[in-house]
Amino acid sequence: MLEMAMENNLNLTQAEQAQAPLSMHPQKFIVWLFIVTTVMMFAGWTSTFIVAQADGAGMAVELPGVFTVSTVLLVLSSISMHLAYRSGKKDNIGQVKAFTAATFILGVIFLVLQFQGFDSLKANEVEFVGGTVIDSFTYVLPFMHGLHITAGLIFLLVVLVKAFRYKVHSRNMASMEMCATFWHFLDGLWLYLFFFLQFN
Amino acid sequence: MATINVEKTHTGGHSDAHAHDDHAHHQSFISKYIFTTDHKMIGKQFLVSGIFWAIIGGGLSILFRLQLGFQDMNFAPLRWLLGDWISSTGSLDSEFYLAMVTMHGTIMVFFVLTAGLSGTFANYLIPLQIGARDMASGFMNMLSFWFFFLASVVMFFSLFIQTGPAAGGWTSYPPLSALPQAMSGSKLGMTLWLISMAIFIASQLLGGINYISTIINLRTRGMSFSKMPLTVWALLLTAILGLLAFPVLLSAALLLIFDRSFGTSFFLSDIYIAGEALPHVGGSPLLFQHLFWFLGHPEVYIVILPSFGIVSEVMATNARKPIFGYRAMIGSLLGISVLSFVVWAHHMFVSGMNPFLGSVFMFLTLIIAVPSAVKVFNYLTTLWRGNLIFTTGMLFSIGFVSVFISGGLTGIHLGNAAIDVQLHDTYFVIAHFHLVMGSAAFFGMMAGIYHWFPKMFGRMMDEKLGYAHFWATFIGVYLVFFPLHYIGIAGFPRRYYSFTNFDAFSGFTDLNMFVTVAAILTFSAQAIFIFNFFYSMFLGRRASANPWKSNTLEWTTPVEPGHGNWPGEIPTVYRWPYDYSKPGAREDYIPQNIPYAMTPESNLPHENEMIDREKDDDSIIVDDETKH
Repeated sequence: MLEMAMENNLNLTQAEQAQAPLSMHPQKFIVWLFIVTTVMMFAGWTSTFIVAQADGAGMAVELPGVFTVSTVLLVLSSISMHLAYRSGKKDNIGQVKAFTAATFILGVIFLVLQFQGFDSLKANEVEFVGGTVIDSFTYVLPFMHGLHITAGLIFLLVVLVKAFRYKVHSRNMASMEMCATFWHFLDGLWLYLFFFLQFN
Repeated sequence: MATINVEKTHTGGHSDAHAHDDHAHHQSFISKYIFTTDHKMIGKQFLVSGIFWAIIGGGLSILFRLQLGFQDMNFAPLRWLLGDWISSTGSLDSEFYLAMVTMHGTIMVFFVLTAGLSGTFANYLIPLQIGARDMASGFMNMLSFWFFFLASVVMFFSLFIQTGPAAGGWTSYPPLSALPQAMSGSKLGMTLWLISMAIFIASQLLGGINYISTIINLRTRGMSFSKMPLTVWALLLTAILGLLAFPVLLSAALLLIFDRSFGTSFFLSDIYIAGEALPHVGGSPLLFQHLFWFLGHPEVYIVILPSFGIVSEVMATNARKPIFGYRAMIGSLLGISVLSFVVWAHHMFVSGMNPFLGSVFMFLTLIIAVPSAVKVFNYLTTLWRGNLIFTTGMLFSIGFVSVFISGGLTGIHLGNAAIDVQLHDTYFVIAHFHLVMGSAAFFGMMAGIYHWFPKMFGRMMDEKLGYAHFWATFIGVYLVFFPLHYIGIAGFPRRYYSFTNFDAFSGFTDLNMFVTVAAILTFSAQAIFIFNFFYSMFLGRRASANPWKSNTLEWTTPVEPGHGNWPGEIPTVYRWPYDYSKPGAREDYIPQNIPYAMTPESNLPHENEMIDREKDDDSIIVDDETKH
């Protein structure tokens, strides 16, 4: 191990000379940078939430049970996304199609459940307009996450179409990798928001 | 060597793929000039739109300076332009005055000095200076310009609507901006402002993501971070700041849209209009200020960092000396970038925040003086005993250092919470940021335009007209902004329509008049530039491939580079970009793509040792070509 590390170091010093600089796939890098912008947006909102709550802008809202169900579904969709990615690497095209489609369907059900969650919030007299700032945030955060999920669903659809055209396989994994990265991120983002709303 | 073999297949590989068929096919007008994915043309598109917006933004400032300098002026002759904003007695509408101030700020900060400056130079210079065929995603790049164009159209349209454009200041603080009934500028104008800004942010993010990805991933062989030109370093950090700051402004803008259009109360609480309480409760306008300035402060560095980079490059080239303290320059850029995110509350010292918090932000703010001073010191020591060549670009670079010092010094005053309480929102602040951010960024932009014009259009700009433009602008900005310090210390608040109604502010009418006249002259002098720019574009003297004898890679391209930039292979980089006047060298510059093996007369001992490694690299290049 130590020898390998030393060899790598050696290579790095040589890379300072006229050799190719460190780089990764530019499009994959773009996906990561897009994730950074999304993180900053939600960081802005959740920190506003915390400051508003500290100012006494409203009591914590009890989340309806639907959100728990949707959270479980989204985690499941992340697992099926990973299975789709793994089947792609193993050139198992049939499974790629099945698991990508499963991820897509789970994503759609998740969105539907989120909107049902809004209905149950209304039934509990938590309103987007007219209530406290915290009440409004309870709508804004899932809604904005839902917008990103919609983008993720479009991405999934693109990959699915590619899979049906036999364009997703072990030597052509870029779009699948990017889609998986983005989808896992959306899953993680929702877990953060869910626990944030649950325990604040 | 395994790692390196893997890496080179990326950069070398697909950049060569579309290298050779570029100059063969002829593009239609639309795909060449309008919906282009060529980073050079997109850069020029940003430049021309930036110039257009600068004329509009500057013109607005002349209009409100007329009001400030000549309070009883009869505006009736301007009715052809402003219509009903001029009353029947010939006076300017006071709400339109506020709208003009707001639009001047918005246009100058976002549309000129963000999109026009970093949009132009990031697009134009990044691929050329790092040795790439184009941006990581040409399509996203095109999208970035067209989002900007759409934002421009919406903002321009808002200037002409009946209720007038947004009028709540470029910061658009609620509750003024959140309540349509607050003022006529908060009606449709504010809605359009928010839509335009949301599109603008999308444009900036598309562009910025692309710039970062390009710089990190598409550098040519040998272009390590420690050999990158300072322009690219500055543009990289600008893009990173934008990436982290603009989403936060978007989140604030969205909450403001919810407050305005859906009736939520994120930023609103306990407001009475005409004796009646509004239903909004529980929000806080301060939340918006925090979110806004979390963007807003990095934003002023987004404006100034590209100029830092451009000036470093232009100054080293025209002083025929290596930039003094290359690593210190990078370090100070990094320092400024990090600090820019932890100082935002110095814009809010008088907002009633905890004084202890204020002292923390004051401390952090004053630390920014250190990297800024490092930069100024390095600029001056680069000039020191250089063989200065006074091109117009060089003059603007030196002018940049001058106005940056003059404006930066007052930042130390304003950063002190105790002094800021007195000076907050006075003309002192106006003087400060117009010098340190406005003029300095403008001078950097001009330095860049004069310096890279030959590369952009294959022709030279006229130097005599350039000199005239420089001296008129340089003297002009001091005549305009220096007196404002006095007016500010006297307590004159900004954004006031008229001062003659207040006993306290009845003085300084002569000085205000002077400032207005100086502003008109300075603004008019920009016509010299506009003429020079467009005249030289078509009829200027033809440029050579490397007119300034500069080291960076863009000067190794043909005079007018095609799509793909280099007709043959992308040059390999062997040395840093600042080998000017190297002792023993045959000429006073050695471009980055000259290997040490070719310059035995000027090599230092440790550089001679690198010659062997260069040979290794040749074998890699051959190996590379057989693969693709």
